[in-house]
Amino acid sequence: MANKGWDEFEIGAMLRSFDGVAATEIATTHAEDRKYSPSNSFTASVADWRIEKPIFNKDFCIDCQFCWIYCPDISIISRDKKLIGVDMDHCKGCGICVEVCPTNPKSLLMFPEQAEEEAELANWPAKDEEEK
Amino acid sequence: MSEMKKIKNLKEFSTSADRFEGANLLCPGCAHSIIVREVLNATNDDMVLSASTGCLEVCTAVYPYTSWDASWIHIGFENGSTAVAGAESMYNALKRKGRLKQPERNPKFVSFAGDGASYDIGFQWISGCMERGHNIMHVVLDNEVYANTGGQRSSSTPIGGSNTTTPAGTHSYGEKKNKKDMISIMAAHHIPYAAQVAPNKWKDMVKKIQHGFSVDGPVFINAVSPCTTEWKFDPKDTMMLTDLSTDSLVFPLYEVIDGRELNITYRPKNVVPVEEYLAAQGRFKHLFKDQYKHMIKEWQDRVDDNWAYLQRREEARV
Repeated sequence: MANKGWDEFEIGAMLRSFDGVAATEIATTHAEDRKYSPSNSFTASVADWRIEKPIFNKDFCIDCQFCWIYCPDISIISRDKKLIGVDMDHCKGCGICVEVCPTNPKSLLMFPEQAEEEAELANWPAKDEEEK
Repeated sequence: MSEMKKIKNLKEFSTSADRFEGANLLCPGCAHSIIVREVLNATNDDMVLSASTGCLEVCTAVYPYTSWDASWIHIGFENGSTAVAGAESMYNALKRKGRLKQPERNPKFVSFAGDGASYDIGFQWISGCMERGHNIMHVVLDNEVYANTGGQRSSSTPIGGSNTTTPAGTHSYGEKKNKKDMISIMAAHHIPYAAQVAPNKWKDMVKKIQHGFSVDGPVFINAVSPCTTEWKFDPKDTMMLTDLSTDSLVFPLYEVIDGRELNITYRPKNVVPVEEYLAAQGRFKHLFKDQYKHMIKEWQDRVDDNWAYLQRREEARV
């Protein structure tokens, strides 16, 4: 959506989150089933803020959902109590998910933005024995 | 009345569909959106929301985008709480006249505000809402500073913090006054529920928010929100800082019912020295110079004193 200049603001602007008639049960409708309007920030991206990106390794994940609850950017996608991936359009690369991950080795780790996901998954660090 | 959402554990909680969207412009690692998500996900009911001017408002409604999948309004710095109170009054009037199209939907009225918009600028408005007994919830995202405008001190800023208007230097250790005890002030309005929450203790927080939704009358919630920019720590350490703040008892988690009965809801197993909480933040780093070292002891004494006071209040049941 094109950004308007400072002198093109409408006073008392109303921004609609959804197109047409939104689902009445929006609190139980997940993002993939919603009809977002172009003025919903879900349609925008902050991916260019990132210097480092999290990579998710599902082999070590225990689905504790700590990353889901503590993600400030709604970028950890959980469906049916399982973590299924990271939303790379909305992730700002803060690294909270990696910090709160309790598994050993961690199932989420930060890598430089240009890192290849498959190569990093193949070279995932081994279990850290010294850690209690 | 609609049924309360059942949240037994985090796995169950994670089936919630968020009504707060990404690509908002809050800093990476900002605790504001963690708190907002925990509040919004605590219920499946419709929500009528407002935000007073502050980081949350500025970053979630950047024209032409909105990050809210619910009715949301912003008016001014001071009147987020009264905007929601007005909506609540209108709702009640329409309900009484039988003019609501879906009278069974039972929306929740919540206003979000930063500490500047609650402790200082919006204080009179919030006090009015509490006194008039609107059925609303006011959530303070307490980051102890005017973070949106560049880190000026607010009346929530704790003693010894270095901010842009109270800088630390050779002659000053920074902020001279201590934080306003907002929960006591709000509890003194004899509102049904006032509580302090922290996003790291999500279960305690969700329980308090749901209790707040279930009571009839105004509810005041003070939420700790570590600010990576103004508290000066690494974005990835937000949850570590929140843990330190609750475990060092700088932010004790408690609730006050009907302005009288005080319950402590979280007792850390291992109480962390306040020094560790201070050391984790750049805004307190000058306190570790020899010149200002006495402030650390002052901090610890004050926190211990406050904890003893809360425990006495809890025992006394008055």
